[in-house]
Amino acid sequence: MNLTHADVEEILQLLDASPFDELELETDRFKLILRRSAAPQGGWTQQTETRSKAKVVASAPGKATAAAAAPAIDKDDGTLPVRAPLIGTFYRAPKPGAPPFVDAGTRVTADTVVGIVETMKLMNSVMAGTAGVIVAIEAADGEFVEQNHVLMRVQPAT
Amino acid sequence: MTSIRRLMIANRGEIAVRIIRTCRELGIETVLAASEADIDSVPARLADRTMRIGAAAPASSYLNIDALVTAAIEARVDAVHPGYGFLAENAAFAERCHSAGITFVGPDIDQLRAVGDKLEARRHAVAAGLPVVPGGSVTTLTEAQSIAGDIGVPLLVKAVAGGGGRGMKLVRNIADLPAMLDLAMSEAKAAFGDPRVYLERFVASGRHVEVQLLGDGEHIIHLGDRDCSVQRRYQKLIEEAPAPGLPEKLRAAMHAAAVAFGRHLRYRGLGTVEFLVDTLRSDFYFLEMNARIQVEHPVTEAITGLDLVAEQIAVAEDRPLRLKQMDVHWRGHALECRVNAEDAQRDFRPSPGTVRTAIFPAGVGVRVDTHIESGARVPPFYDSLLAKIITSGADRAESLHRMSTALGLCHIEGVETNVAMHSAVIAEPDFMRGGVDTSWFAGCLTRSQNKVP
Repeated sequence: MNLTHADVEEILQLLDASPFDELELETDRFKLILRRSAAPQGGWTQQTETRSKAKVVASAPGKATAAAAAPAIDKDDGTLPVRAPLIGTFYRAPKPGAPPFVDAGTRVTADTVVGIVETMKLMNSVMAGTAGVIVAIEAADGEFVEQNHVLMRVQPAT
Repeated sequence: MTSIRRLMIANRGEIAVRIIRTCRELGIETVLAASEADIDSVPARLADRTMRIGAAAPASSYLNIDALVTAAIEARVDAVHPGYGFLAENAAFAERCHSAGITFVGPDIDQLRAVGDKLEARRHAVAAGLPVVPGGSVTTLTEAQSIAGDIGVPLLVKAVAGGGGRGMKLVRNIADLPAMLDLAMSEAKAAFGDPRVYLERFVASGRHVEVQLLGDGEHIIHLGDRDCSVQRRYQKLIEEAPAPGLPEKLRAAMHAAAVAFGRHLRYRGLGTVEFLVDTLRSDFYFLEMNARIQVEHPVTEAITGLDLVAEQIAVAEDRPLRLKQMDVHWRGHALECRVNAEDAQRDFRPSPGTVRTAIFPAGVGVRVDTHIESGARVPPFYDSLLAKIITSGADRAESLHRMSTALGLCHIEGVETNVAMHSAVIAEPDFMRGGVDTSWFAGCLTRSQNKVP
């Protein structure tokens, strides 16, 4: 359980009448430090630290993110990033030793497969997402990437 | 009755933390819909589960109806709480939740529509017998002169198609009306392709006072008023409850008007009716209704002892109101200062970044609603609200004194904040007296800038 605002007020009322100037309360989930202020007007301060970790569950990556608006241009040069659809290992070729799906200069359509991200033994195709020309490969073959890591950049066809 | 056991929060920041807190007390499991930028935020750590819904940009996440509804279905939630801002008053989102069999914590879809459009809301207000800013649309000088005779001067000539101050003319002297009308109509035609104009009484000095409503569709009650007149560019900075120094007759009339509006809509949920109080005429006009929980709801909670999120959820569960008007009691006075990540010294330039240290005040009569702690990131994609400092006391003086101490104890490093500005504002004699109008803060800023050599 977490402390409510009323709990903290009650603890402070007890502390106020006590000779103590500081209270540290620590659990697996949070840490709370209450401190008596040295300022002339008195009063107490609180400092909290939420220790529990976010329990993130992936929401159908394809479905949910496919619904997102057109990818934003995040560089001034007008290129668009091709991002990792999820966390995993990035591969530039369909199998070891095979030629890469694309290289700098390759023309692509939005549906062109440009790489693979392997997550828990599952191969996920990475699509260019935009028609145009690949201008830069920004992740190395076999590199472990976070979700949304920029793998390459496409210059959109005009 | 639809019992809510699992609820998705389609929002972020302090309001997400606030909703999680009440859900926990009610034994409701929480699922936070978080963008890429908020995946490690305090609400994400507090929620029972967090779902990634899209990239940091709001259009891909918190405004992405498809992604949110997909996530809600996948998480098998019973309800979605939209918080404020983002999709909180979006009828299309409410409709999508509804068709997926998920309860939208908010009013009915037709009510969202009724108050979502300003002209439509004004029409409903008139139908409910509420005073609106006197005026009317005109096509000829004769019509204009007749309306001007009714509402008096000063008055505004506004372009129907205008907005945000564009296409507006102030008429101080009735003799200027013919020339101003011609000018306004030709300008409106040139600027908006629509020559229609209307006349409206110019309120030289107005206060923003709002009334909190709660309804179950059948019964409507009010939870008192709040004053939100300290604003900068229509953004509220300081709110308080009750509104200080209002004549009791005026206050009672506003409460009754808000309830009448709620009854007219058969309102089901938590909502706020905003009024413009004409301080010179001691009169009030309907402005708009907000069909959601508001940022400043804690000041009402502080003086009523109610949990507005809990009441909102109860209504969403189709329960009849648990309170009658006579059960609502107000005690003392409460103030709220919005602490924003902005540099008040540099024209309020936003200041995103990482918060190195976050120390907040605590104590009797002090409440802090925040999602910020040491190490928290303030992403550049969203609004700049870091925390709300709420103080309450037996009367306004005590609440103010506590606020002054509380602000002095705030210590935030890593991003710029407006805490020092709040300390200065609440120490201004006009503010201490209470009842400043909506133009006061801008004037106060100009005066303080002129003081600096």
